[in-house]
Amino acid sequence: MAVTVRFFASLRERLGRDEVQVEASTAEQAWQLASGEASLPANVLVAVNMAYVDPAQALEEGDEVAFFPPVTGG
Amino acid sequence: MRVALIETALDPWQAVQTHQRCLTPGSYGATALFVGTMRDFNEGSGVSELFLEHYPGMTERHLVQVAEEAQARWTLIDVLIEHRVGTVYPDDPIVVTAAWSAHRKDAFEACRFLMEALKSRAPFWKRETTEQGSRWVERNTAGY
Repeated sequence: MAVTVRFFASLRERLGRDEVQVEASTAEQAWQLASGEASLPANVLVAVNMAYVDPAQALEEGDEVAFFPPVTGG
Repeated sequence: MRVALIETALDPWQAVQTHQRCLTPGSYGATALFVGTMRDFNEGSGVSELFLEHYPGMTERHLVQVAEEAQARWTLIDVLIEHRVGTVYPDDPIVVTAAWSAHRKDAFEACRFLMEALKSRAPFWKRETTEQGSRWVERNTAGY
């Protein structure tokens, strides 16, 4: 599936990338391809089409997959 | 319900007053509100500036979900959430949550829930500027 991967905040700065297009079947695989790192860090949150998901979530064509650090609003 | 991201100065008192004027007079007996304001210190350092990043679209969606969940769990007349994005300075209001109900129990509990739920779910990230440079805030303090 062709998906768009987005990184936010400290994760975007650490990886030095903002948005990447990849072909992936799960969010976890999208992480590996887009970040170049084998495993998803335990504290990284995953959202598909702006809803929180488990990293094993299957993806569909055109999904937006986002990875970001713990949220610190408020 | 009103949920808004604010890019310029946030006036929480005005926001609550403006929203309350839209409610049916005599319908609410309790208004509870929480205002979060930027401190000039964090974890032992002076902080001069804070940048609030968010995920456009997902942030608004989660604020709406939090507001809807509060309305489902408590008997409320209405709720309000306004949150700053962009650069804020010490003493600037960052967030206001408010809940209106007939009696105080629902308003107090829902207002607390709005704040705690948005802090744990809504995708905002703070980067603070200190004397040592800028750093991302890694986690929020516990609310309960």
